[in-house]
Amino acid sequence: MTTLTPAAPAPSASGTGRGAVTARSRTARRKWTEHGLVFVAPFLVVYGLFLVWPLISGLGMSLTSENITGTEAEFIGLDNYAEALADPQMWSSLWNTVWFTVLSTVPLVLVGLVLALLAHQLRVVQWLWRISWFAPFLLPSGVVCMLFAQMIFPPGFGLADQLLASAGLEPGIGWLSDERYAMLSIVLTTVWWTVGFNFLLYLAALQAVPQHLYEAAELDGAGAWRRLLHITLPLLRRTTGLVLVLQVLASLKIFDQVYLMTGGGPDDSTRPILQYVYQQGFTGYRIGYASAVSYVFFALVLIVSLVQPVLARRKEEAGK
Amino acid sequence: MSLAAVRDRTVRSSRTESRRPRWTTGRLSLLAMALVLAAAWLLPLLWAVATSLKPEGETTRTPLEWIGSRITFEAYAKVWESGALLRWTVNSLVVSGLTTLLTVGLCAMAAYGFTRTAFRGRKLLYGLVLAGIMVPPQVLIAPLFTQMVRMGLVDTYWGVILPQVAVPAMVFILVKFFEGVPRELEEAAFVDGAGRWRVFWTIVMPLSRPVLAAVAIFTFISTWNNFLWPFLVTTDPQAMTLPVGLVNVQSGFGVRYAQIMASLVIAGLPLLLVFALFQRQIVRGIAHTGLAGQ
Repeated sequence: MTTLTPAAPAPSASGTGRGAVTARSRTARRKWTEHGLVFVAPFLVVYGLFLVWPLISGLGMSLTSENITGTEAEFIGLDNYAEALADPQMWSSLWNTVWFTVLSTVPLVLVGLVLALLAHQLRVVQWLWRISWFAPFLLPSGVVCMLFAQMIFPPGFGLADQLLASAGLEPGIGWLSDERYAMLSIVLTTVWWTVGFNFLLYLAALQAVPQHLYEAAELDGAGAWRRLLHITLPLLRRTTGLVLVLQVLASLKIFDQVYLMTGGGPDDSTRPILQYVYQQGFTGYRIGYASAVSYVFFALVLIVSLVQPVLARRKEEAGK
Repeated sequence: MSLAAVRDRTVRSSRTESRRPRWTTGRLSLLAMALVLAAAWLLPLLWAVATSLKPEGETTRTPLEWIGSRITFEAYAKVWESGALLRWTVNSLVVSGLTTLLTVGLCAMAAYGFTRTAFRGRKLLYGLVLAGIMVPPQVLIAPLFTQMVRMGLVDTYWGVILPQVAVPAMVFILVKFFEGVPRELEEAAFVDGAGRWRVFWTIVMPLSRPVLAAVAIFTFISTWNNFLWPFLVTTDPQAMTLPVGLVNVQSGFGVRYAQIMASLVIAGLPLLLVFALFQRQIVRGIAHTGLAGQ
């Protein structure tokens, strides 16, 4: 341990900021365990081993005929990518992923907003709203998907059909087995399961709106609707941008719900790109090809995460 | 009554009034709408519980009935006896607990290093970490799995845990928080002769308790519920986490719906109970981490 340190940091001519000055003046006396790198190193080791390295080795594998069957992997250049771009199954699963993202993002953001507005406006029994709308988010995907696939969507005795029947409507919709409805049923399940997350983000944003804005508007005679349209919603614009970005990125990663509820069917009509990666790599043993398809997916995610903030900023500027 | 008391009372009543407006018809209809929506969200959960309490032969009856001829816990007893539910719950607790501890520890140390120390390459390394926010872990499954096979980590706790602990977004959140913490206290401790590790443990960490709790809560929930990675890296039922084991055993139940629903209720309950107990902290933690991640 260091002994007494001078009260004032030693003056340094080249110091740029206060933090830099104090840090530099002490480095000489510090033991090696006090070096900044020692704090950062444990994270960097794990980060390097389990994120950076797989990212690089995956890129390498995508250029080979790597598989888990034990045969020697050969360097085949961009063949895997050429194959992927000409593979109709790759394109259809990529499209399913995009289609799911489009179908799920809109209701997930809108319903989340409506639920938050309701809870915030009512201000009573907050626990009830939190339990009913947020609690499903805390269930593992396996629980949610088995519940919906086994007891909600089966024809006849499933809750969905039973409720239709009690309402006097025609049951017998193939919720998960009919190509026209399977994706919508998966979207419905996803909204039920994860809308609570967006609900919470909106609720936090609403609670941050200064109360005096509403009080002033009320004194001016603005009704509830006008307060909603002219104060609340404009103030939520930034939050909506964030929620939208988060939601699109989350929806693009769809795998669990499809894999566990329809297995990608009927007739591969719901199979997302991640399931295609899984099938190629883990059941088809073509690790090299699976890596290439992963990178196509990664490219899509990168484009979305790089383009979205730009679009959001442009919209914000246009709104001003 | 003194003037102060009168003022106190009027202030208080006007405050409560502004917090809880009167029940106008507009507000009542909002309440009705909210109740209908709450019921719609609770319905699937109630249906799972109702089915799990029916005798096995009555689960697929139509028309709709919520309670069978009798209420029975047979399905729960069967599931508990036959399944490895306890084993998987323990696995999930170990995996989520260790992942949370390591994530908080590693990310907090890294964030301290990036905000409070100066060393060559600091900016470059921090940039490298930030770039990782854009990499979805799902992209890495194929190379990561082959790596796990080579390292002999398939079917082990570490195989599930290690790929989940270095989370760049959490470092970012903590860096943002540390940047806002005034340095006076730390500098005073340095003056008193404390080393960096002591300052880190006894000053920075306690000061950051709220944000650390938020990161921990977020990490625990997402690890507890993670499916894809544990599903890929465990094949031995003894090593599976709860969500994976549950799906794996599903085929074993066949069409015994009461037992399936009972196993789902058992699997879903722990986190719901924790939530019921710590609602405020969890809600705050999620809201904080969720938005700061961007």
